[in-house]
Amino acid sequence: MTTIPAPAATQRPIRLFRNKAAKIAAIPMILTALVVFMGGTIWTVVFSFTKSRLLPKAQFIGLDQYERLWSSSKWGIAIENMVIYGLCSLVFSLIIGFVLAALLDQKIRFENTFRTIMLYPFALSFIVTGLVWQWILNPDFGIQKVVRATGWESFSFDPLNNQEIVIYGILIAGLWQGTGLIMCLMLAGLRGIDEDIWKASRVDGIPAWKTYLFIVIPMMRPVFVTTLVIIASGIVRLYDLVVAQTSGGPGIASEVPAKYVYDAMFLSQNLGQGFAGSTMMLLAVLIVLIPWAYMEFGGRKRG
Amino acid sequence: MADVITRDTAAAAMTAGRMEGPRGAKPKRSISPRNVFIYGTLLLVSIYYLLPLYVMIVTSLKGMPEIRLGNIFAPPVEITFEPWVKAWATACTGLNCDGLSRGFWNSVQITVPSVILSIAIASVNGYALANWRFKGADVFFTILIFGAFIPYQVMLYPIVILLRELGIYGTLWGLILVHTIFGMPILTLLFRNYFTTVPEELFKAARVDGAGFWGIYFKVMLPMSLPIFVVAMIIQITGIWNDFLFGVVYTKPDVYPMTVQLNNIVNSVQGVKEYNVNMAATIITGLVPLFIYFVSGKLFVRGIAAGAVKG
Amino acid sequence: MTSVSIRDLTLKFGSLEVLKSLNLDIDEGEFLVLLGPSGCGKSTLLNCIAGLLDISDGQIFIGGNNVTWSEPSERGIGMVFQSYALYPQMSVEGNLAFGLKNARMPKDEIEKRIARAAEVLQIEPLLKRKPAQLSGGQRQRVAIGRALVRDVDVFLFDEPLSNLDAKLRAELRVEIKRLHHRLKNTMIYVTHDQIEALTLADRIAIMRNGIIQQLDTPHEIYNRPVNLYVAGFMGSPGMNFIEGELSHHSEAALNFSSTKVPLGRYPFASDDRPGKAIFGIRPEHVSCGAAASDEPFSIDVEIEVVEPMGADTLVWAVLDGREFRFRVDGQSELRAGQTTRIGFDPAKASIFDAQTELRL
Repeated sequence: MTTIPAPAATQRPIRLFRNKAAKIAAIPMILTALVVFMGGTIWTVVFSFTKSRLLPKAQFIGLDQYERLWSSSKWGIAIENMVIYGLCSLVFSLIIGFVLAALLDQKIRFENTFRTIMLYPFALSFIVTGLVWQWILNPDFGIQKVVRATGWESFSFDPLNNQEIVIYGILIAGLWQGTGLIMCLMLAGLRGIDEDIWKASRVDGIPAWKTYLFIVIPMMRPVFVTTLVIIASGIVRLYDLVVAQTSGGPGIASEVPAKYVYDAMFLSQNLGQGFAGSTMMLLAVLIVLIPWAYMEFGGRKRG
Repeated sequence: MADVITRDTAAAAMTAGRMEGPRGAKPKRSISPRNVFIYGTLLLVSIYYLLPLYVMIVTSLKGMPEIRLGNIFAPPVEITFEPWVKAWATACTGLNCDGLSRGFWNSVQITVPSVILSIAIASVNGYALANWRFKGADVFFTILIFGAFIPYQVMLYPIVILLRELGIYGTLWGLILVHTIFGMPILTLLFRNYFTTVPEELFKAARVDGAGFWGIYFKVMLPMSLPIFVVAMIIQITGIWNDFLFGVVYTKPDVYPMTVQLNNIVNSVQGVKEYNVNMAATIITGLVPLFIYFVSGKLFVRGIAAGAVKG
Repeated sequence: MTSVSIRDLTLKFGSLEVLKSLNLDIDEGEFLVLLGPSGCGKSTLLNCIAGLLDISDGQIFIGGNNVTWSEPSERGIGMVFQSYALYPQMSVEGNLAFGLKNARMPKDEIEKRIARAAEVLQIEPLLKRKPAQLSGGQRQRVAIGRALVRDVDVFLFDEPLSNLDAKLRAELRVEIKRLHHRLKNTMIYVTHDQIEALTLADRIAIMRNGIIQQLDTPHEIYNRPVNLYVAGFMGSPGMNFIEGELSHHSEAALNFSSTKVPLGRYPFASDDRPGKAIFGIRPEHVSCGAAASDEPFSIDVEIEVVEPMGADTLVWAVLDGREFRFRVDGQSELRAGQTTRIGFDPAKASIFDAQTELRL
């Protein structure tokens, strides 16, 4: 990974007009960074302490929005879903991605074909993914019907209508879309392993699975960390997939934080809740990001 | 037999007679357990990945009676393109009934300017960061990068206010601006990393020749960076075309992008669901990024690796 | 008793024949060097002996056992790689023990072996460190140690010194030689560096395009190269070559551009006297000035370039329109443009058939 270089040496104010063209050209970036990213975020966080409903209102009510948020069952379910989806997504993506990469690394034929097949879902919109898996998991026409038609009358596979396990139905779709990318990253990592390491372990008589487990995977720590960050940032953003596949249902069983925020802001005229929810989402991301940034950049740049 | 001159030709002749034991290539059966495991697993996995595509296509080519009676995995007995026509031209999205075509053209009108703008700005930014250091540049860059990680939800409403002030809330240009803004972090990183690999001697030589900021950009950097521009285009076209969140927040129904329209067609229809039309609509929406994916091959992989490896 | 035997070893990649029907016998305790330029097949041959590459035809015997189809770990070999390939996340001790633990060796046996290897290689203080904390030379010793603890008869080295700077290379070269004296194992060593080959080997196998050109002691290879390629490969600066015609009246002689070199003293291998031949003489066998006239053959040459190198001076002259190099004392006062007399004894030369390139 490239590290962000240290800031240029300090310049006296007279030199404000040096590199003028570069500075002018960078205005969009500066504006965006300051106004939209920093400014927008701070604004939202500040207004999460207000009593905004249909429109933002600068009436500060302390932590009321947060109390409401955390006592809302809808938010509770959303958080629970995010945690389940997040953990499963992490574990399965990493395992599936790594195993597939290891298989593809075996100097097999048709490697490009297999990779193309595994990666194309990544090119699709989450809406497309959600809709097609909604169709496949449809109890009247999809997998359940097909299996029942073979004679197994009592077969039941209807996750999207089952409050307990609907999140797993979404997980199947999410994994389908995302594991191709993880596999590609893992494959690149595997290819970076010195071939002599494999030879040495063969001469030592170490079986392949042990070599993977005790030698190769520890060597691939940076790739695993990168992949973790990518998967983690995708989990918090989970929105389109849920909207398309289940619309948050059945009932509110598949709510997720991102959807809670959107619904509050634009459907139920409850901006304050939306702000509070998005601030919580921000917090969740920062909890993961800041330690990682500290690890990567050694505390040189404050996260 | 090829030439070898040994010291002990006699000894060699003696041991040459001893030919017992295995000889030559190790017998390698193609149907070894190892191969069965590898190819078997890959085949099963491929089915998991290909199944939805297959189902999409197959469903979209069947008539509704066949769908109701038949098996989701069975190929169509009678192929009909009517669902496709309907999805494109007459499907209803609650408010109007002119199919996906409207959404398609909206998406095109959103994607093209967004891609051009975001790449233009980001490439210049990346170039400035790579070659022209100035005070504070890196601080702003860091903020930009963190902006890529922050959940968009936390910036949604302020941008609504911003767009309203600018008078473009709910219009195509509003969405274009949003996509341009949010495309900047990844693209700037991409271009900055690329331009830092350009040998500094080229840059210095151009400066010695008297070229300035823009001169060097257009005459030196741009011609050399065609591959990275292609990668950037792939990332942006795919990302913007597939976007849903920004589409649904910042537009009004007549300028909905295709993804929003698609969701409306499928999920907000009351009454009889026409699954074949739904699937046809789904495929049509996915065609553009899929096409780019299949055509760009290795560059696509490079793009996501570059976009994915942040920091 | 031969330690390693190779019979008709052939290796093909597709239709490309990389190793061509090789035969090789290595004695117990011998240090054999496979020498050649990149692509000649030496590393490939080593990997075949190790069992890391499957051969297309032929047999491999190690310690009397036919190991042609055996896995590398079953062949009784230990291997040291160019990049050392130490397991980065394990300590030195872990690296040495990993293979043994995998073989379910009892703990005290493992400890005994590690202690012995550490003592021989002087890496006792390094046992708890990780590879990243070691210097290049230390890593190399650990790599050898990993092979040592396997208690095998045959050690394979794949260009282990190529990654090091010149000074370290010279130091470690000596260490490897000392190790061989101490352990007395059979060692097969691959390199492209002639100095390593000449200093370390009991015998050298010079390879080219998958074929062994000559298998002999360093002395023989240097002084009696069997073909033109070997003659040109060994020696730095390289051998001088003169093209000419062989005549055989009373006595054999080489004729070129109205000069005649008497070859009576040259030990011809047979009575074959083909027409065209190539005459080779090493720069260090050429005398200059007064001493030249004492030699059986001498001639005047014009000096082109003089390269003073401190202890010696390398002189580039022109003979028969071709470059002719010879060495003189570092204090010599020769200059470019001068003409000087050089001479040599044909007994020290090597003569090759111009067509077959074989030694006559």
